[in-house]
Amino acid sequence: MITVKDLHKYFGKNEVLKGINAHVNESEVVCVIGPSGSGKSTFLRCLNLLEEVTSGEIEIDGDVLTDPKVDINAVRSQVGMVFQHFNLFPHMSVLDNITLAPIKVKGLSKEEAEEAARPLLDKVGLSDKADAYPESLSGGQKQRVAIARSLAMDPKVMLFDEPTSALDPELVGDVLQVMKDLAKEGMTMVVVTHEMGFAKEVGDRVLFMDEGIIMEEGSPTQIFDMPQHERTQSFLSKIL
Amino acid sequence: MIEAIQESHYYNSLPFLLKGLRWTAFITFAGLFIGFILGAIFGLGRLSKSKIISTLSTVYVEVVRGTPMLAQILFIYAGLTKGIIGFNIDAVTASITAIAINAGAYIAEIVRGAVYSIEKGQHEAGRAMGLTQRQTMRYIIWPQAFKRMIPPLGNQFVISLKDTSLLSVIAIPEIVYQGKQYYNITYSPFQTLVMVCLLYLVITIPTSLYLRRLERKLDV
Repeated sequence: MITVKDLHKYFGKNEVLKGINAHVNESEVVCVIGPSGSGKSTFLRCLNLLEEVTSGEIEIDGDVLTDPKVDINAVRSQVGMVFQHFNLFPHMSVLDNITLAPIKVKGLSKEEAEEAARPLLDKVGLSDKADAYPESLSGGQKQRVAIARSLAMDPKVMLFDEPTSALDPELVGDVLQVMKDLAKEGMTMVVVTHEMGFAKEVGDRVLFMDEGIIMEEGSPTQIFDMPQHERTQSFLSKIL
Repeated sequence: MIEAIQESHYYNSLPFLLKGLRWTAFITFAGLFIGFILGAIFGLGRLSKSKIISTLSTVYVEVVRGTPMLAQILFIYAGLTKGIIGFNIDAVTASITAIAINAGAYIAEIVRGAVYSIEKGQHEAGRAMGLTQRQTMRYIIWPQAFKRMIPPLGNQFVISLKDTSLLSVIAIPEIVYQGKQYYNITYSPFQTLVMVCLLYLVITIPTSLYLRRLERKLDV
């Protein structure tokens, strides 16, 4: 589904990704963990070209994103992204947040888009909030709306950039539950997270990133219970 | 008492000044209308990725902000038209142009600031869903930025309104020009100029009060 070959990314002279090779299969949930500054968010943001790639190749479902001829808007419309700070549009109701892209990008009518949005709101447990504005929602509710908004485009892949890091602890559970449901339905997901519990329980594979490379990867059991690399061991001992 | 007022210059200058108010209002609105369009173009121009466009926009803004309005008016009226193009444009056209170009530069800064103040994540969320740059601007950034522009735009309205008084030097019969004509004939500068100032305040003070209320309501 996703293939990344020798991905390099510079910010100015600073090399933040130093040759990433990774593969994500269809319906697989891959969790990316690692210390801050390890490049894991940058890596994720390269996957829908929110960050310009310096060199290397990214392929998603047959589209080579790094090919300059690729229609990046078309690719992005099939890759959902959920942000740490939700990034809901504050001037639009929940329903309008969800229907904007289906109407403007996919060309659905307002009625069609709203009809499609209702079950998504149901799915994230917020069917009563369709007409609410983001400012009246809690952080957890905002993030669930953001997930519904991404799902409205019917994406092939979902990218999550620390989706629970900005939430109060008691609100994390609801968001993780929605993500677990998604995983069960077979959504292909790449999740940058600090929620080791989630990575253990839901992740099919875990990538440990440090200093701009993937230091170690394997099943959650391999990574959490018998980490091979010394950096992985020291990172896990600090947070577990 | 009433007779005394009716015979005073406070009272008698008023019809002249009100005639001037029509010109003041007309030139302010026409100038600001064009100025807003210029401001939107050059404000977004300053944010453009294209080096040429952003440099051009910056030059425009800095030249206008760094020179006196009076010099700009004379430059457009006399310097450009008589000096370069070789024919006269009428004083009204020159006036509207001067207000538009001057306000446009300040509005460009307002537009740039407002757009720049919208969190980067808003733009990213739009692009990540597959919206084009243009759609993201139109449906996500601009509506939010516009709300933040309203208070400083109101402020600019007050400034441009007062700036029209400078147009008296090219004989636009706006409020100050009318006042001057009146007191030159009647030798009543004090009374006339009190009325001139009151006439401006009648517009500017309610505007400012309204803006302050609006600012609180919009919570910006």
